[in-house]
Parts: sequence; structure tokens; C-alpha cells
Amino acid sequence: MTAPAGIIGQRLKRVEDRRLVMGGGAYVDDIHVAGELHLAVLRSPFAHARINSIAAERARQMPGVVNVFTAADLGARNGPIPSPVWAPPALGLVERVAPFLQPELMHVLARDRVRHAGEAIAAVVATDRYVAEDALAEIEVDYEPLTVVSDIDAALEPGAPLVNEDWPDNVAARFVVEKGDVDAAFRAADRVVTARLTIPRSTLTPIENRGVVAEPDRRSGGLTVWSSTQQPHYLHRALEELLGIPGDAIRVVAPDVGGGFGVKSMVYPEELLVPVLALALGRAVRWTDTRRENFVSAVHSRDQRHDIELALRADGTLLGLRDRFVVDAGCSNIEGLVCPYNTAAHLPGPYRIPALRIESLTVLTNKVPNAAHRGAGRPEAVFALEGALDVAAEALGLDGVELRRRNIVGPADLPYDVGIPYRDGKPLVLDGDSLGCLEDAVEAIGWSGFRARQDELRLAGRYLGLGFASYIEGSGIGPYESAHVRVHPSGRVVVTVAAPSQGQGHETTLAQICAASLGARVQDVRVIQGDTAALPFGTGTFDSRTAIVVGNAVAVASAQLKEKVLAAAADALEVSPLDLDVVDGRIEVAGSPGAGLTLGQLATRIGPGTGRLGAAGPGLEVHSGYELPSIPFSTGAHACIVEVDTETGEVRIEHYVVVHDSGRLINPLIVEGQLMGGLVQGLGGALLEELVYDEDGQLRSGTFMDYGLPRSTDIPRVTLLHRESATASNPLQVKGVGESGVIPVAAAVVGAVNDALRPLGARLATYPVTVDRVLTLLADAAARPVAERVAV
Amino acid sequence: MYPPSFEYHVATSFADATQLLVDLEGAKLLAGGCSLIPLMKFRLAQPPHLVDLNRIPGARYVIEDDGVLRIGALTRESEVERSAVVLRRYPILAEVSAVIADPLVRNMGTIGGNLAHGDPANDHPAAMLALGAELLVQGREGMRTIPCAAFFLDLFETALQPDEVVVEIRIPAPAAGSGAAYVKFERQVGDFAIAGAAVNLRLADGRIRDAAISLTNAGPVPSRMAAAEDALNGSTGDPGTLEAAARLAAAGCEPWTDLRGSVTVKRQLAGVAVKRAVTAALARARGGPHA
Repeated sequence: MTAPAGIIGQRLKRVEDRRLVMGGGAYVDDIHVAGELHLAVLRSPFAHARINSIAAERARQMPGVVNVFTAADLGARNGPIPSPVWAPPALGLVERVAPFLQPELMHVLARDRVRHAGEAIAAVVATDRYVAEDALAEIEVDYEPLTVVSDIDAALEPGAPLVNEDWPDNVAARFVVEKGDVDAAFRAADRVVTARLTIPRSTLTPIENRGVVAEPDRRSGGLTVWSSTQQPHYLHRALEELLGIPGDAIRVVAPDVGGGFGVKSMVYPEELLVPVLALALGRAVRWTDTRRENFVSAVHSRDQRHDIELALRADGTLLGLRDRFVVDAGCSNIEGLVCPYNTAAHLPGPYRIPALRIESLTVLTNKVPNAAHRGAGRPEAVFALEGALDVAAEALGLDGVELRRRNIVGPADLPYDVGIPYRDGKPLVLDGDSLGCLEDAVEAIGWSGFRARQDELRLAGRYLGLGFASYIEGSGIGPYESAHVRVHPSGRVVVTVAAPSQGQGHETTLAQICAASLGARVQDVRVIQGDTAALPFGTGTFDSRTAIVVGNAVAVASAQLKEKVLAAAADALEVSPLDLDVVDGRIEVAGSPGAGLTLGQLATRIGPGTGRLGAAGPGLEVHSGYELPSIPFSTGAHACIVEVDTETGEVRIEHYVVVHDSGRLINPLIVEGQLMGGLVQGLGGALLEELVYDEDGQLRSGTFMDYGLPRSTDIPRVTLLHRESATASNPLQVKGVGESGVIPVAAAVVGAVNDALRPLGARLATYPVTVDRVLTLLADAAARPVAERVAV
Repeated sequence: MYPPSFEYHVATSFADATQLLVDLEGAKLLAGGCSLIPLMKFRLAQPPHLVDLNRIPGARYVIEDDGVLRIGALTRESEVERSAVVLRRYPILAEVSAVIADPLVRNMGTIGGNLAHGDPANDHPAAMLALGAELLVQGREGMRTIPCAAFFLDLFETALQPDEVVVEIRIPAPAAGSGAAYVKFERQVGDFAIAGAAVNLRLADGRIRDAAISLTNAGPVPSRMAAAEDALNGSTGDPGTLEAAARLAAAGCEPWTDLRGSVTVKRQLAGVAVKRAVTAALARARGGPHA
């Protein structure tokens, strides 16, 4: 199968934007069901405590309160069930890496113990949300506070309190992935550099919070659930497991969703709680979390500490890498190896490193669970490796660009087998020109003239710095996706897919793919998504996979439908199918212009109540699927110039360059939107955002007053450049882009700041790059004797 | 984010507001609501009654007469920011309003509320102190004026009596050769200050007179930095004196460590803010009040 042409690659405006921008979206909170009740959740004020008793009678008696539920009241419907987003390691990974991984079980409400501040303990159902919230204050919980495991060091101390009492210690996962003889590489090295680099805990904050509406369905004995989720099909599975109701009686819909970023790539206790209570009460129940709740109950991300070492020759050639990193999983390692192994797999990045030893440890603490947010372990890997490269460049007296050039994968290396398995257990093979991306970034940022300008301005007391970071992104992990495509008598082509959009523009991208593969007009294609009743077979939106997995499924199904169209048209027109083609929604007969008919006319001929049941079955429709044979890797390079005001600690980004290669562009406008959106979230992380916990396990930056999101004023001048290399990995020749934009940003920004501060003997080893952090670092550097101000 | 229930009352005049404060146990005044409503949504404040001042007629104005700038307490920040007389004669006030939160908040937030809340993180208190402003307040017994210097008593505590409401802010017109400026450092646009400084001074024969320096978010109340002022007075505003004034202000303030920064960092930024605000105020003084 060859890639379809024409409409693919066109910079089409997104068809969904008019609706979404003009307030025509229908989000969960816009969906109302007659007789609905409102739910509010009582959350633990303690990070770690035993629950001795819960007294809810007073709350139950309040006017407007329907009932109050605790774990005991839910019985078997409180769980445990296997976490549907927790997956055992792939076979190839087990064979090669043999990771240790504790399984995770889900409960809806806390039973006898709470493990993070914000954990759900009880639910009030009332006629009104305000009444429900008032009633929360009337529930009396007798807590017995327990010692809080506040960070990874506390978690790993011998005899540390157990976050999960069923385990022998706080280790949730552990693995070592190796290539070559790393110890020999370090023995042979001219220079070894080490760095301890910390990636802070952060979150991504969709504009739309989480929300669930559940309505019992008396006819099926089940229910319909609307949830603001990236994975309605996972939620469907979890509900089937928990409720013991046949899956056909459960319908899960992700309507318009206002941002996901991995925060909604999860099955949450509340997504089970609302349906369970709707069934228990026989009435519709709704809940939307407040922003305050969202901060303390929606999953967080990042939060790793790396002790990384590089072995190099004097000329800068990389010989080996050793890294030991610890992931703070919070109180539940809800997604297993997703982030830890993503970090390990992406740690070598696009660099040729002959010998590797990467050790990963995932530990539990009394914090909100850590899960995959946009980037999912990759920004952490890039921050660690690129940070270590900057240290190495300084130690060797090389420019950072030169060091990278000497080691980065270029056209001569392709395809390049990194030599360790990917998360799916298969070989990790790069086919993108990372060197070319780096060179484009070097050119666009003006590297050649920069050093002279940097020196000149430094004499005037101005501190400029230049940072680079390159990355790869494994994208499109399985399992499969399916697509159903049907031509209606109206001439409309309806594409139904499982994976929902959270704003990525699927309605446009998938319509382009269908139109190109079928021969339809793009404006005639309508895309339905995220409804388990409309399409039960599918997975969800995460891991930059929709264009690749869903897109190819749409291409396959549309191409198969085209064959069916041609066969039916040949029958109707009494010509050979070889003389037919579908162009712009018309079936044309070769050599007889105007003799054909439209897709709609053909669908009418064989359509409801009129046609014959042909050999190809009823109607013009196909349901087909696509399974990706191997993971395609995007690549790219970021570069930025910053200026640091050493008096105020303020950092200003003068220019930011993004060079990205994700194979063929289906719609450049959408790809650019993804890259810019990722960049902005990356800048928020690099400069502003940090979830700060105190030693009592209380989140101190849990409001937008203290958790700073980037504003329009924080966005610098950006140059965005594409490369479109061919990839043989899938018929559409596409690679993922959804997460790429965010991956190298913190590394590039911190690298630039460190370049600026180098003459002052100061080096950041974490972010965000706040005024407080910069000034503290500068004060510490100034307090040291000059001879010690060389960072190693 | 769901406040508890409360009773809502509309004040038709400041005297009416005063009476409602007397009659309604635990009542709070509602002006722009930019501080009060979030506190209620977090249930940190649970007032049983709200007295809405927003419908009091004639409480939003910016007028200069008789050598005094009079600003109605209910004047929105965005109105201060755009006022012609403010921009021409009191640019520091526009400078202050323009760095408060974001445009949406400034369309609601009032200058009276900004002061009466008694929050040292708010931007107007330091500026009003440096400008020698007075507050006209209405109480059960009638009106009185309170100088800013006597208004801020402690964190969230002002000289307002339980029955009193701010009616107007009065700022003396700038003397010849004077200049004032406000400099604020923040984690990002829209945030409260890590530290900020308001400076008001006069130049006579090339020398600084009557320097007034006060700081934002550098202690429980905005207070004048007397030692730094003394260092400036009589000087030409040369770099050495500016550095000395910055050091004295940094040493004289009382910030605390929080997520915005450590005490050390806040002191340093308070000093830098003083230095830069003095520089800007001097430029205005040299260019006259119109600069």
C-alpha cells in the first residue's frame, strides 16, 4: 500500500475550531440529564493517616442530602480491581530486562488508610452541589496521623514507613537495562563527568477539569457514562470489571474534552464512583472537580532524580553512560513502567553511545500518584543527558555544539539500532536525521556569531547564554486501533474511531486521511470519536499515537471501502472496476466523463430500502484495523538564547528555535500547533511550574496563585522549522508529534541559563529557573572562593 | 470552589453601608471581590452577610482639585490605569494599577478594596504611603480622614473600625520638581510582588529632598524605609548613594520566606527595586511631573 496523496499535507483550517471557539462545544459539564443528582467528595487533609471511624449521620440528615457513601457502603463495588492502565511488561522486555514490578490494584474510596492529602474518603450525593459541599463539613472522620514518607530518600531509608502495607518496602519497580561493557568504557575514558540532576514534580492543567456524568439505563440494565477522558475504552473495561455488568450494557462517551495532556489518560476513582452511585440510587449523578481538587487528586508527573555519568575521549567521543535514577511515584505506581522505562529508553537520545547501564528505581511516597503527562518520561531523559553533555563540554573545553556534532546520529548511521529494547520489547531503531535537525537549529539560532556577541555584552555586565537540546520520541505505541467508514446516501462519509480528541484536531486530520484514501471530498467527511457504543474496538489517545495508529486504521479502512465502492459501482454501471476511480466524491468511468455517479448516489442505489444485497455485504461500509509493526521515532533539536539579569535573577528568552522531524506532515498547521503548544507547556515547566510538597506531605503550590502557568507575555520569539524525512515504518509515513514539543524545552532553557552563568561559577541542576533559584545560586557561587567556582 | 451560603445586601450609600455593618453581625464589604471571593471559594472566609458597595452612586471618580487628587473608593484599577489626569500628573499610580493581576481583575478590582484589605502584598499601599495619601472613611459617627502612615496596623489589619468604610483616597498634588515611580518584581506577570518599591522624591538645586521610600510585600505592613530615605536626601542620586539606599532598604525590611523567595532573595530584590524606582523617579523629577 502506498501513501495516499493530494489532500495529505495541506494546511487546512481545523473543521472543529468554529464550533469550539464559538462556544459550541459540548463538554461533560454541559451535559445534563433529567433528575440528576450532584456529588461532592470528602478528601483527606492528611498525607498519611489511619481512618479509625467515619461518622456521616449528621451529613445524611441535612436537607437536600440524598445519601453519604464510604468505602464500607460500596462493598464489593469499592474494588479492588486491577488498574486497567497498569500493564505487565512486554514479553521482549521481560526477556531482556526482567524488570521487577509490583502490581497495582484500584479502590474507589479509601478504606482504613489514606496515603496522600486529597485522597477520596467519602462521597455526598445531594440535590445541589452547594448542599453537597456544605455536607462535607458535617462528616466526622477520626484520623490517626502516621509518619509521612515525604520524598524518595525517606522512602528508601531502611525501616521507612510503608506507603503500601502489603509490600516489603517502598520499591514499586526496579530494572537495569544494559548495552556493551560499560565498566570497560569508563576504564578506557580520558574523562568522566558526573552530575546529579533533578526533574521537579509538575502537572499539566487542562482548562477543562475532570468531569463525569452517569445515567442508569433501565432498558439495558446498565448505564451511560460521559467522562472527560482520553481513554473511554479503558474506563469501559474498568466499569465492566467493577460492576459485573456485561460490557454491551455499558456505554462510555468522551464528548468534547478541553485538554488532556495525560492527566486524563487514566481511570480515576471518581470515574468509577459516579457510575457506582448512579446505579445504587437509580438516578443520574454528576461531578466535576474543582481546580483545588484537581491539584490534589488528578495525577502529577515528572519527579525524578538522576545520578548520571558520562565516559568520554578527550576529543569528546562518547564511550559510555551510567545512570541511576529514582522516580517518585507518589502513593501508587498507577502506570507501572510507562514513565520509568520511557525515560530509560530515551536516555541515550539520538547519540551514539557504545556502552550503557541504566538503573531505574520507582518508589512510593505520600503524594498524589505520578503518571505519564505529555512527554511521559522523555523530558526527564533529555534533561539528564543534555545536562550531562553540557557538563562534559565544559570539562573538555569544547563548545556544546561541537560535542553534540561528534556524537549525534546522522544520515550515515541510519537506520541506527540503539541496542536496547523499547517499551514494547522490540528493538529501538532510529531512522531520522538528528544531525540535520541539530545543524538547522545551529544555523537558525545564529550560533556562529553568538560567542563574540556573548563576550562583548558580558563586558557590559550583560549575561547571555545559548542552550541546545536534541531529542527522539518513540511514538504510537500499541495495541491496535480500528476505524469504521461508511458512505451515507446523503453523500456524507462518516468515519468512526475509538480514540477521542482533547483538542488535537482529529476531526480534521482523520478527515484528510479518509478523503485521500477513499477519494472523497474532505468537507464531506465527518469524524465520530470516543464513544464505546459507536466503536467498541479501540484504545485511546496518548503516546502521540493517533495520527500513526488511528490514522493508518482510517487509511486502511478507507482504502478497503474504496475497493468496495468500485465493485458496487462496477456492478451498478455495468463496467469493469478497472475502468473506475473515485475522485472528489465521484466515481468516474475512464474515458467517459460524466458517465459516473457520486458516492451518495451509489449509496442510495444500494442503500436502505432500495438496493440489493451485493456480494460485498450491505451498504457501503468497512470496519478495519491497524496494528503498528514497530515504533517510529520522531527527532528534533531545540536551541534558545537567554539573557539573565544577575541583579534580579530574571531570565528572558530572546529567541527560541524548534526543528522537528516527524516524517510526513498530514496537516502542517496542526503539527505546528502541536509543537507550539508543547513548547509553551515546556516553557511553563522550565520557568514557572513546580508542585512543592512540605515534609508533612501537604501540597504548597496547589492553586494557580502559586502554580504559575505561562501567559502570552511569557512566550518568546519562536522560529519553527520542519524536516520531513521518509519513514518506512507505516503506510502513511508519519511519526508522532503530540508530545515532541515539550520534550527538550527544560534542557535547552537550563542549558542556556547555565551557559550565561558559567563565568560566575554557577550551574543549575534543576528547574524551574525561578528568580529565587537564580539569585540563591549566584549568592552561593559568590560566597565560594574563586578557585572553587568551576562546576564539574 | 463552592462558597458557603451567605446573605447578600446592597448598600445604597456609604452611610447605608455603615448602618448595614452595624446591623449585620459578621458582615463583610464587597467591592471588586478580587480577594474576598477567592477566600470564600476556598471557605477560608465564611461571612454570613455580604454588603455590596458596587451600586453606591458616584463612588467611581478620579478628580484633581484644590491641590489634591481625589479617587473614589470604588474606582476600578483599569479606570485609574487609563485616567488622563493620572497619566499626566501621577504616572506612578497608573504604573501601580497596570501591574496588578491581569486586565480582567483590573476591570473589577477597586482601589479602595486594594487598600482596605490590608494586604502588604497589594501594590497600592506602598505607593500611597510614599505619596503621603490620606483615606476618607465613613463611620456611624460621620466622616474622618486617616493618613496612610496610620492606616496599616498589621497583616490584614487596618485602622478601620468595624463600622467604617473607605470612601475616597486623597493624594497631595506633586510639588514642583518632584517625581515618583513604582518598580515591582514578580514571578510572572499577574502575580503578587516578590518585592516592590514605591519612591517619591523632589529635586531642588540638583539635590534630592523629601525622599519617601516604601516597600511592597517586604513586611507585615508597608512602611517607610527611613534610613534609605536619609541616605538619599541631600544627595544628587549618584550611583554610590543609590547602592547605599538599596542596601539600607534591604537591611531595613522584614520579609519572610515563602514560595516567592527566601528572605535573602527578597531583601536583595527589595534593594534592587528601590534603586530602580529612585532612578525612574529622578528621571521624572528632572523631566517634571509630566515625564
